[in-house]
Amino acid sequence: MTSPYPIASILGILFASLTIAAGLIWLERRLLALWQDRYGPNRVGPFGLAQVIADAIKIFFKQDWVAPFADKPVFIIAPAIILVTVLLSFAVVPFAPGIVVSDPNIALLFFLGMSSLGAYSVVLAGWSSNNKYALLGSLRAAAQLLSYEVFMGLSVMGVVMLAGSFQLSEIVHAQRGLWFVVPQFLGFILFLIAGVAETRRLPFDLPEAESELVAGFHSEYSGMKFGMFFVGEYLGVTLISAMITVLFFGGWLGPVLPPVVWFLLKMFFFISFFILLRASLPRPRFDQLMSWAWKLLLPLALLNLIVTGAVVLLLA
Amino acid sequence: MLSIVETIWRVFTHAFRKRVTVLYPEEKPYLAPRYRGRIILSRDPDGGERCVACYLCAVVCPVDCIALHATEDEHGRRYPEFFRINFSRCIFCGFCEDACPTYAIQLTPDFEMSEFNRQNMVYEKEHLLISGPGKYPGYNFWNVSGVAIGGKDKGQAENEGRPVDVRSLLP
Amino acid sequence: MAKVYVDNRAFEMNEKQNLLHGCLSLGFDLPYFCWHPAMGSVGACRQCAVKQYKDENDTKGSIVMACMTPASEGTRISIRDPEAVEFRAAIIEGLMLNHPHDCPVCDEGGECHLQDMTVMTGHNYRRYRFEKRTFRNQYLGPFVNHEMNRCIQCYRCVRFYREYAGGEDLNVFSLRNTAFFGRGNDGVLESEFAGNLVEVCPTGVFTDATLKRHYTRKWDLQMAPSICVHCGLGCNVTAGERYGMLRRIVNRYHKEINGYFLCDRGRYGYEFANSDRRIRQPLLAGEPVAPEAACESLKAAVSAGHVIGIGSPRASLESNFALRTLVGEENFYAGIQDDQHGVLSLIVDVLRSRPAQVVSLAGVEASDAVLVLGEDVTNTAPRMALSLRQSVRQKPNRVAEQLRIPLWLDHAVREAVQGDKGPLFIATPAPTRLDNTATRTWRAAPDDIARLGFAVAHVLDPDAPDAPGLGESEQALAGEIAAALRDARRPLVVAGSSLNSTALVQAAANIAKAIDAAGGRAGIVFTVPEPNSMGLTLMNPKPLREALAREAGTVIVLENDLYRRAPAATVDRFLRRAENAVALDHLLNRTVEQAGLVLPAATYAEGDGTFVNNELRAQRFFRVLAPVDNIRDSWRWLATSWSALDEVVVAIGESMPELQQIREAAPSAAFRIAGEKIARAPARCSGRTAMLANIDVSEPKPPEDPDSALAFSMEGAGKQPPPSLLPYFWSPGWNSIQSVNKYQEEIAGPLRGGPAGVRLIEDSDRTAARYFGPAPDAFHPRKGEWLLVPLYHIFGSDELSRHASAVRELSANAYLALSPDDSAELEIADGGELIIEDFRAPVKIAAGMARGMVGVPAGIPPFDGLRLPMWSRLSKP
Ligand code: SF4
Ligand code: SF4
Ligand code: SF4
Ligand code: SF4
Ligand code: FES
Repeated sequence: MTSPYPIASILGILFASLTIAAGLIWLERRLLALWQDRYGPNRVGPFGLAQVIADAIKIFFKQDWVAPFADKPVFIIAPAIILVTVLLSFAVVPFAPGIVVSDPNIALLFFLGMSSLGAYSVVLAGWSSNNKYALLGSLRAAAQLLSYEVFMGLSVMGVVMLAGSFQLSEIVHAQRGLWFVVPQFLGFILFLIAGVAETRRLPFDLPEAESELVAGFHSEYSGMKFGMFFVGEYLGVTLISAMITVLFFGGWLGPVLPPVVWFLLKMFFFISFFILLRASLPRPRFDQLMSWAWKLLLPLALLNLIVTGAVVLLLA
Repeated sequence: MLSIVETIWRVFTHAFRKRVTVLYPEEKPYLAPRYRGRIILSRDPDGGERCVACYLCAVVCPVDCIALHATEDEHGRRYPEFFRINFSRCIFCGFCEDACPTYAIQLTPDFEMSEFNRQNMVYEKEHLLISGPGKYPGYNFWNVSGVAIGGKDKGQAENEGRPVDVRSLLP
Repeated sequence: MAKVYVDNRAFEMNEKQNLLHGCLSLGFDLPYFCWHPAMGSVGACRQCAVKQYKDENDTKGSIVMACMTPASEGTRISIRDPEAVEFRAAIIEGLMLNHPHDCPVCDEGGECHLQDMTVMTGHNYRRYRFEKRTFRNQYLGPFVNHEMNRCIQCYRCVRFYREYAGGEDLNVFSLRNTAFFGRGNDGVLESEFAGNLVEVCPTGVFTDATLKRHYTRKWDLQMAPSICVHCGLGCNVTAGERYGMLRRIVNRYHKEINGYFLCDRGRYGYEFANSDRRIRQPLLAGEPVAPEAACESLKAAVSAGHVIGIGSPRASLESNFALRTLVGEENFYAGIQDDQHGVLSLIVDVLRSRPAQVVSLAGVEASDAVLVLGEDVTNTAPRMALSLRQSVRQKPNRVAEQLRIPLWLDHAVREAVQGDKGPLFIATPAPTRLDNTATRTWRAAPDDIARLGFAVAHVLDPDAPDAPGLGESEQALAGEIAAALRDARRPLVVAGSSLNSTALVQAAANIAKAIDAAGGRAGIVFTVPEPNSMGLTLMNPKPLREALAREAGTVIVLENDLYRRAPAATVDRFLRRAENAVALDHLLNRTVEQAGLVLPAATYAEGDGTFVNNELRAQRFFRVLAPVDNIRDSWRWLATSWSALDEVVVAIGESMPELQQIREAAPSAAFRIAGEKIARAPARCSGRTAMLANIDVSEPKPPEDPDSALAFSMEGAGKQPPPSLLPYFWSPGWNSIQSVNKYQEEIAGPLRGGPAGVRLIEDSDRTAARYFGPAPDAFHPRKGEWLLVPLYHIFGSDELSRHASAVRELSANAYLALSPDDSAELEIADGGELIIEDFRAPVKIAAGMARGMVGVPAGIPPFDGLRLPMWSRLSKP
């Protein structure tokens, strides 16, 4: 079910996702403020919406500084990688029937692959900065992303079994009767946790942990290069929310309203949830993070897989 | 596990609470008399400059934004020849007020002192000196110090005995 | 070393000392007031209480005064014992009962020993609510301010003033519980060492009156290690600056030289650097010009050829060397009066040949029999007079030693000694301030004094040439002196250049050698007039008269007023003849007025350099002021290729092997502690972001200092710098100058971190010196002619300190001193006027002056150009 107007779709989705990511900066600050009994940015433009523009202008005018001790080419490429991998992932997300760039039958695997590639961005950024805090941050990132990727993949296997396909549109269609969140509740929780970790969002922002590592892997970044990491992070949040919607909450399915509206509603719900997590949860220690991944979440994911498999076999 | 969910829930409920932010400048907050804002130099109850140029405020200032220089009038009363505060550096910590042995330097409930030109944040003595005693009406350092100044001789401060000199020491 | 247990831990202490000395040496914080490392213990203040235990089983112990208890083997004490702690707090509380509420307006505040000790003991709340004792203050002169209310009756002031410095006019007057420390009447303190009261008094009773005029707290002073420029002894001082102005000088401890004390000329002479006669811009034909233009015109003048350079005994080695390099060795002349040049050259020769140990001031203090030949030490090398006052205690102190009284037990020792004094012989043309300490004084003409010296040498060693025809009484005196010197353990001969007499130096050298020959261990020390008299002489400049006789195209005068070195007419002629006259100096003077090009030269406050003192010790001084106006080091103005001090220092060593060692006088500019320079300002220096905010709210970058390892900053190495780079003494909890305790290897011992300065001669390799001879002819008064001899004044004779406002107040005015007999013969009364050499001055009848001579105040206008001693006629107006 590829789009009839591919170029329009590509441009539309690119534009929409970037706008959403930018808007998220505002949304996040407003929501955090809301949950902390504050107002957040409310001076620039209506509801402070123009704050994003002001910030963007500011960040564009900042000195684009490359640390003299940095490994220059790598240092410059690193922030681009994250943007590219995340944006590429958006290519396979079916927002609504017809609103998708490409809908291959291995879409889910493509998504997982791209999200793995995203790890390079962080690792290279830390490495090329030639700074101990940046390096520590990127080491953490490498370990964290690797660990959480493992069961992220496993946690969606249940969905794949139920839908019988890696094609995301197929998965959505398979949820016409029942959203997969019901049969795959454990899988959903696991994917959610892994998603937070993959996007390095609080409470799993150990790679940048400003209280310990200055700013972690992006300590040396400033100006628009830092901006790319920043936008990349919000794109990541959007992507994971979109994936949750697709995999567990029936994608664009819903009554009355047009499908794309349903999709966006669901997606924003999860984005808001991500922000709520940030507002409420403290950061764990790194050893805790790792032991959860390997000792708790991975076994759970395997269990989920086995049980789902068994059930599917039984029902078949 | 449950506590995490509970935390998330509790934080979420804050969405429906009243916000604590005061929407300055539409709404002016109440500032207590001891609010730490713009710094002033006060005067003795009798109208003299209170500051005795002891340099204690300058030395205690964590950002070193006070500079002054001591001088004396012909009767030995010490006062600052100049007294400068660079408010573009001041962090309004109030240490200077704490350190001041004479209650001369005081922070006031006024913080509206922004300027477009940073140079205008440098206040000299004429900008700082007010005409009253500020928060501490009765105090006069010279009444407790043993140094003689114009109008107050040796032995005339609080709890002081008659001054002794070589001659009055003769048995 | 004795093993002493402090709070149950074993430590090694010097068994010849008391427990307070031991504890402080070990770094313990034990409060004290009345004890002074140079003056010993009297147990007056009861502040240094500690608990002493009989043995390890004794748990009760008893409170003793640490300063009064010897550090004997096995002593057990506790500093932390609660009773001792409480006792000390109670003592402070007692001392504080009557103490005024003055700290904010007290000049001692921030460097007050009483504040420090109060904090140390923990007393922080005044419970006393009754009437306080108050005192009236006295006017004590331009140097010392008096605020009696603050006294805690530690008696340090009178002990220093009377017992240590031999002053008589400061005393304690007491009745009931009131003790007044002051003079009988208001008036200037007479002692030349009164300024030390400022540091000796642990409170704000005696404070620096010159500092009061431009008061700055110690914590705000930017400080630097410096060398006093007001005589040739090279006392170490600390200079303090704030807002581009030199604020004060305090003592910088140097064990071998000034120890804990300075003279008042050194302490208060600094104000010349702030004088309104300072030259701050280059002047071309009297008009201020840019430094570049000045340099151009200097270059043009030099390239014109026929250049003569006149060096200076008050300019650094580096500046003199830069001039010498610029004009060439053969055109480099000494800017010193010719006779003096001769004497100084001879002194250098004598020091090189080392007939005896060349002692420093600490050695003077340790001498037990002293002969002073011709020097009025108090006025020519003031700090040495204080050392000589201690030397007379050495011999009598042996009585105390025999009685097994430790020397630190000051009053017990003084009781035992009963005012007895060791041998000190003073032979000078006129009475001196040290006469009251001397065993015997002798008034004579310079040549006769030299003859006495020759005679003494001859008595000690018959090989030494005699002075024939000596009178009977003089012969007896020579015998007495010789006997005293021979019997002494550490005999000392003091001579100097003040009378411009080579014979005196020869006599001194002969005596020293003769003592050696007689089996004694002689010491010798010479006084020289200016901070770098020796340094200039070591450069072998040609005598000034040759320069004055030469035709020169360009004359460059380095930091020198030639009118003080030669008669005005000669200098006038010389300067007029020159096509270009260039003068580098600090202050306007007659030479500067004659110069076409004037370059503003740095004083010791604005420049860096090396001075060589009277014992040939090279010491570096460092600038305390960041560059101001267009004032530069003279060597910078004159430098041909160097851009930093170290380059000049190296070049000096390469060109003059004898001066090679001056490199070691202080670490080079590349020296760092943990990668950091040494901060001149204390860490707590205030006002960094406001001091200059009136000019520009953005703080400027602190100026760079290419010449030293010191930084114009409050940020720098946290560790203790080596002594020659010590900008100030401070230690946590010890804000006063007493914090020097923390910098010494042992209390009153050398500073930690190696030597400060370097001796250019070593005492070990003594070459065989020959005897000088023959003795000069005896002095015979002439009919109608008088021998004018220079009489020196601590305040006034020195060229620079004359321009310090406080010193100027006490400076001597022109006069002519005559013996009573001579004045009777001339029928002139005290105050009547006489004329010599066209100068008219009032007569002062000086009891004790030798006959046939007229004393002329040295260095004091209008007499400052006279070549003294000289024969001259007197006439009545
Ligand atoms: S309030 Fe604090 S920062 Fe401001 S001047 Fe006073 S001490 Fe300095
Ligand atoms: S602390 Fe008070 S009295 Fe002292 S200088 Fe500052 S304002 Fe003046
Ligand atoms: S002497 Fe010391 S304690 Fe006393 S008023 Fe002065 S600074 Fe304060
Ligand atoms: S004046 Fe100073 S030194 Fe003298 S007794 Fe008093 S406190 Fe001690
Ligand atoms: S220092 Fe020991 S009693 Fe004064």
